[in-house]
Formats: sequence, structure tokens, C-alpha cells
Amino acid sequence: MAIFLNENSKIIVQGMTGAEGMKHTRRMLKGGSNIVGGVNPRKAGESVDVDGTSLPVFGTVAEAMAATGANVSVIFVPPAFAKAAIIEAIDAEIGLAVAITEGIPVHDSAEAWAYNVSKGEKTRLIGPNCPGIISPGKSNAGITPWDICGQGPIGLVSKSGTLTYQMMFELREIGMSTAIGIGGDPIIGTTHIDALAAFEADPETKAIVLIGEIGGDSEEKAAAYIAANVTKPVVAYVAGFTAPEGKTMGHAGAIVSGSAGTAQAKKEAFEAAGVKVGKTPSETAALMREIIAAL
Amino acid sequence: MDLFEYQARDLFEAYGVPVLQGLIADTPDEAAAAAAKIGGTVVVKAQVQVGGRGKAGGVKVVHNPEEAREKASDILGLDIKGHVVKRVMIAQGAAIDKEFYFSVLLDRSNRTFLSLCSVEGGMEIEQLAVERPEALAKIAVSALEGITLPKALEIAKAGGFNDELAAKVAPVFVSLWNVFKNEDATLVEVNPLVLTKDGDIVALDGKVSLDENAEFRHTDREEVSIAKVDPLEAKAKALNLNYVKLDGEVGVIGNGAGLVMSTLDVVAYAGEKHGGVKPANFLDIGGGASAEVMANGLDVILNDPQVKSVFVNVFGGITACDAVANGIVGALNTLGDSATKPLVVRLDGNNVVEGRRILAEYAHPLVTVVETMDEAADKAAELANR
Repeated sequence: MAIFLNENSKIIVQGMTGAEGMKHTRRMLKGGSNIVGGVNPRKAGESVDVDGTSLPVFGTVAEAMAATGANVSVIFVPPAFAKAAIIEAIDAEIGLAVAITEGIPVHDSAEAWAYNVSKGEKTRLIGPNCPGIISPGKSNAGITPWDICGQGPIGLVSKSGTLTYQMMFELREIGMSTAIGIGGDPIIGTTHIDALAAFEADPETKAIVLIGEIGGDSEEKAAAYIAANVTKPVVAYVAGFTAPEGKTMGHAGAIVSGSAGTAQAKKEAFEAAGVKVGKTPSETAALMREIIAAL
Repeated sequence: MDLFEYQARDLFEAYGVPVLQGLIADTPDEAAAAAAKIGGTVVVKAQVQVGGRGKAGGVKVVHNPEEAREKASDILGLDIKGHVVKRVMIAQGAAIDKEFYFSVLLDRSNRTFLSLCSVEGGMEIEQLAVERPEALAKIAVSALEGITLPKALEIAKAGGFNDELAAKVAPVFVSLWNVFKNEDATLVEVNPLVLTKDGDIVALDGKVSLDENAEFRHTDREEVSIAKVDPLEAKAKALNLNYVKLDGEVGVIGNGAGLVMSTLDVVAYAGEKHGGVKPANFLDIGGGASAEVMANGLDVILNDPQVKSVFVNVFGGITACDAVANGIVGALNTLGDSATKPLVVRLDGNNVVEGRRILAEYAHPLVTVVETMDEAADKAAELANR
């Protein structure tokens, strides 16, 4: 098992023929992902050789799914065209769409999300502005380096890409069932809660690391959800204690406005829900090692 | 990006939202000329991106150009909560009958948009929300459907408007939605929206925040330079770096917003043991950064006179550690003898062996390579406290 992505995942890449899409298609293949094709309406019918693997290019997501049985799409389309690409994936009712693209206007993300809701959420959207999802040893849909850690009992959900990598690295001797980067934009598809629910239901996952950062209330909601619904041990880490009010810290969503969205408030919410919070990534990893050792 | 009131006013006007005449002035003479042009009673309003300007003496009603000159002279240069007034707007006076509140904004928590509306406007909305929450309507707005006339009427009625007034304000709400949607705003707020004694609806003040991710759709916008911009932030922006100036002594460079935020925290904790030193900045070189980007980042940080030491913290995902190492070498070579600040470097991930080898071979006396993030933060804080 694992969540959302496993050894049966067949992946297509929207924007595969672009520079970013090609670079990461190569990396995903190298890491063992089952990439079955790409989508680019201007290159439909062609095929692309990636390190000896010939990948067909389709005109639409629906055509690619019909021809290959693909059930996952990874989206590398530039910001101006990303909304259309996500909506195309939703229209094709693909099971999982992972939007890596950074810098999508928030009105576009809001429209894409509203569209997904109006269509009954048949597509699980991850991102945008995220590293994607990896189930080590099984599949990788996104830009997470595939060789940081192997398969294991920890589930990881994080707003930040590099903190995902850092935490996988800290816990590399234990390994992960799935690590999912949900992205740092104000509007995202899959949330902390969605991942927590899936990890709770996944028999391979024995414990969960949750990484949050300043801005929004996703962490506070996650804390309440954990208190009510999660029986597996969870440790949390929140970045941005030193971030000043009103300054955006890199991610479009990472901003403290007034008293809302501070790291301190998020930490307190987790602790009130009985979740241990690490002060640093290394301390968070140490807390998780203690939990795994006691299982 | 937050707009100044006069910019919001101009946007409103372009979208058919009723506004009064308003002219900007950067000097008392310009203020007098603007007051003469508009004629009659006018209001001199400080243009600052902070609330509470009225209480701080930043808004004055005047009755003739001479008085406008005098009050503008008082207001220009005024420090309002750290924001120095460099520009005023001379706005036409209005005979106000009633004051209302309207806004539409991004509702992150519910992944949609939200309209706030109240027939009781004029006061700070946070105050209204606390004191009379029942008077403030909160109506979800679909990103797909927006605010149509029927939706606008629904919002107005929920906000306590009677039928007659609702019919008057609803078309204005639709126009304000058009501003929000077509300008890629994350906030459009009018407080107060007023009913004049002549029975007209007018937006007397406006607050607009725009989404920087959407700038590619709005390339015709003028750059406004009257806001206070830190020179290092301006330099970083010109180099396309994601930089925020902070108050401490340890310069920080890393890759990825989350890791850099985390690095700031770890440095601050380490600083507690070393004289209370703090991080000097946020600088995210992003994914897949080249040696050049790394060198540019170091250039900005080393030019900050407050910086006493620098912590480079990279976990290479797409970013290759050898490119980071080459960027450090390049920046130090360019600086030559003018490089005096110690650098603590922690590299892990993509091409880490090569990255560490490059730095070991370079063996620069100012560079210390440290294995872990915690140890590196401790070392950088220690060096900044010397």
C-alpha cells in the first residue's frame, strides 16, 4: 500500500516536451516511475525518446488515457496555461492530477478548484506549486529526488518541497510509505486533512509527519481533524516562527496577516490536539524515531 | 501588492464604480493647484499603505487652495506608523448621508471567494466584526459564477440594506467584482461606500491588493515607486531573487521557501546561545538555481552592512550542490580581498559529494563546511557574535 500513488500508477506528463517537463520525465523514469506518455496538442502523434524509452505524445489527456490506461497526470505547463491544463485533466476524469507549476495566478487556481468541485471531485488534485508525491520503491509523480529514502512505515505530508526532502533525508534509515508535498499556494487541491485521512486508512503507514508553515489555517484545521479522527501517532513541524507580519516568505501563501496564520498559533493548535511539535526539522525527526522505536 | 488609495480610485473609475474627483499632489503647491481645479470643499488625504491615517492627522478637510497648501505641507513628510507620507490625494468633498461597507476577497480557508457587506459602514471592519458580528454579512462567491446582479442583491440584503438601497448599491457591487476579477485582485474593499445627501452612491475610499503571480496578464501597469523600498530588497528584486530584509546579523541563503523559513528559525534558536544574534534576511534561490543565481544572492547579502556572518543552507533536490559550490567560489573570487565575512555552508542532496569537494579544494579561509543544519546554524551564530 501507500496513498494516492503506487506501483500500479500509470503516469502521463502534461507539458512533457518542454524543458522542465523533459528534465523531470527523465528523472521520474530513472527513479522507476511508469511513465506511459505525454500531452502536447501541437506535437500529437509524435513520440519522444527519453534515455531509450520511447514515449508517445497525445493531443489531449483523454486521448492519452484511452490509449495508455493512464491514471495519473503530472502537470509542468507554464503558469499562463496551467488552469486550462488542470481543467483538461478534470474533464478527462483522471484519478490523480499533480500540478507542479509555480506562479499560477490565484484566480486561476480558484477557478480550477471550483470547476473540480462542480464536476464532483472525480480528480484528486495535488498542488499547484508543489514537489508532487512519491511512494518510495513504487512510483514518483513530480520532482522529488527518488533516491533520498526508501520504503518504510512513515507517511509525510508537507506544504514545502525542500522541507519534504529534508525530512525524508533525516528519516532515511526508516523510510516512507508516501511523501506528499501539497504546495504553499493560497489555494491548493489536496490538503493536510486529505492526506491525514488517507494515511490513517493505509495499513503500510504506521506514523505520520506533518509539515506546515505560516499563513492560512490548514494546520489548525489539521490539528482539529487529528484530535477527532487520527489514531496513528503524528508529529508536526511548523516553519516560520521568525517571519515578520505582512511579509510574504517565498510561497505566495506564506504570510502572517495580523494575528492569523502565525507559527506559534499553529504549534499551539497541534499541542492542544496532543500532537508533538518539533522545534527544528532534526528535533521533529528525533521525535518520529522515538515513536517508531516504540511501535 | 497593495495599491495606494488614489490608484484604487482610478481603477474604480475605469470600471464604472462611482467615485469623486481626486488628484494627486507631491508638494504643497501641487495640492493648492489641485484644490483650485476641483473647487469648493476638498479633503487632503495622505497616501500611505497603512490603516489609521485619520487618527494620525493624515486626513484634513479644507475650504480653499491656501488651506489645502497649508494642510498638505503638514501632511507631506508625516510619519504614520513608520510610513512617511510622500504623496497626498486632493479629493472632492461629499455631503454624506449614510456610510456602508463592502469587500470581496480571497477566502483561502474555503478555497473560494468571499464578500463581506454591511449597511453599517464607516468604522474599522475588524471592530464591526467583533462588536456587531450579526451586522456583517459573509457570503461565499463562486470563482466560476462571480457577482452577478442577483448575487449582488443577495449580498446587499444579507448586509442589511433595504430594497430601495439594495437596488442602488447592487450594480456597484457588480462593478467592484469586475475590478476584483479582471485585475486579478485578492482584495477589493470599499470603506466607506456612501449614500450622499443628493442620493448618489459613491466609493469614498478603496483598498485593493493585486496578485503578483498574475503580473504577466497586466504588463501595462505602471510601477509605483513612492512606497518605502529597502535598497537591498530593490537590488534583489532587480536580480529576480526572492529576498526579504530582516533585522539580524546572520545572512541566510537557501533553496525553497519552507527550508529557508526553517533556517531562519534554527538560526534564531542558535542565536539564543550566542548573544541573541538573529537572521538578517530571507533569501530563497529557488529550485534548480545556477552558480550565477547563487553568486547574485551572496552579493546582495554581503552588501548588507548589518550582516556579520552568512549561512548557506542547501538541500539539493533539483538544485545541484556543485552549482551552489561554484557560485560561492565565483562570488568570493569576484570580491577578492573585499570579502571579509565568514561563510558557513551546509550542503546535502543532489551532487553533494562534488559540491563538498569543490569547496574543500578551494579551501578559502572564510568558508567553513559543516555537516548538519543545526551545527551550521550554531557555527554561523557564533561567528556573527564575535
